[in-house]
Amino acid sequence: MTAFWITLGALIVTTALIKGAGPVLLGGRDLPPRFSGVIALMAPALLTALVVTSTLADGDRWEVGALTIGVGVAALAAWRGVSAIGTVVVAVAVTALLRLAGLS
Amino acid sequence: MTPADRDAFRQGVRTGIPFAVAGLVLSLSFGVLAREAGYGVVGPMLMSLLVFAGSAQFSALAVLVAGGSPAAAVGAGVLMNSRFLPMGIGLAPSLPGGPVRRFLQGQTVVDSSWAVAARPDGTFDRWLLFGTSLPQFVTWQTGTLVGLLAGDAIGDLDRWGLDAVYPAFFVAILVPELRDRTRAGVAVAGGLIALALVPVAPPGVPILAAALAALWGLRRTLP
Repeated sequence: MTAFWITLGALIVTTALIKGAGPVLLGGRDLPPRFSGVIALMAPALLTALVVTSTLADGDRWEVGALTIGVGVAALAAWRGVSAIGTVVVAVAVTALLRLAGLS
Repeated sequence: MTPADRDAFRQGVRTGIPFAVAGLVLSLSFGVLAREAGYGVVGPMLMSLLVFAGSAQFSALAVLVAGGSPAAAVGAGVLMNSRFLPMGIGLAPSLPGGPVRRFLQGQTVVDSSWAVAARPDGTFDRWLLFGTSLPQFVTWQTGTLVGLLAGDAIGDLDRWGLDAVYPAFFVAILVPELRDRTRAGVAVAGGLIALALVPVAPPGVPILAAALAALWGLRRTLP
């Protein structure tokens, strides 16, 4: 239980520092245009990383399963112009059906 | 707060609601796990209120449950949260005010609100960001509390495919970006960096390292 409280306290402090570091340290100054170019490209890089690590990996292993296929089909739907909500519905439905059929 | 800010905030709240539903499911399972681990109600509830970062909460809890030290648990959480460092750097020029105000505004970032508020030119709509985060904060607390109090009655949520909600939303935000060749290239590079590091680096590091793909922006001027 003590271990939990120590972890809790340290996580509260470190999370606040990590989230606050950029806004405080880079506060109120104009950044060079090249920097904006880097920032503009961070969203596609980070979003793709979030998607592939949640759909193609389990812990430290690569894994293809129901979730991979469900989100993959949803990506095709999104590319064909399906709305964000529609994309999510496709992903959930395909994933749930595949799990119902026994795929993990 | 100008009328335009208010509109952006409202639009953000609407945008955040589906993410909030996904967060409700995730935080329910966090509450259930913390309950099963025997950490009481107050501690895990404080964690959801003051850490409010799903992947960090889950990974720290997993380390503790497996018998790991607090240092290892905090290390896992910090690595999962490390992606907020580049996100905060990106957001910084779009935030007004002195150090305290900027620090507090920085706390409102979650993955989805950051991604939604990012404009193509590299600036951020901060009221859209605040609005998108708000409903997620509310359901994150609700889900944690219900999971902690009524854990046993809930059962296995993955069966319903609800773990697909987050990645599918990120795909929906990502796909329009991929129509631009530079962004598509950077997205592919970021994805490959992350995948390549999965087997060899601790969880969290692959996502942080993927941000390096954005350095391509130093070479090219964007439209």
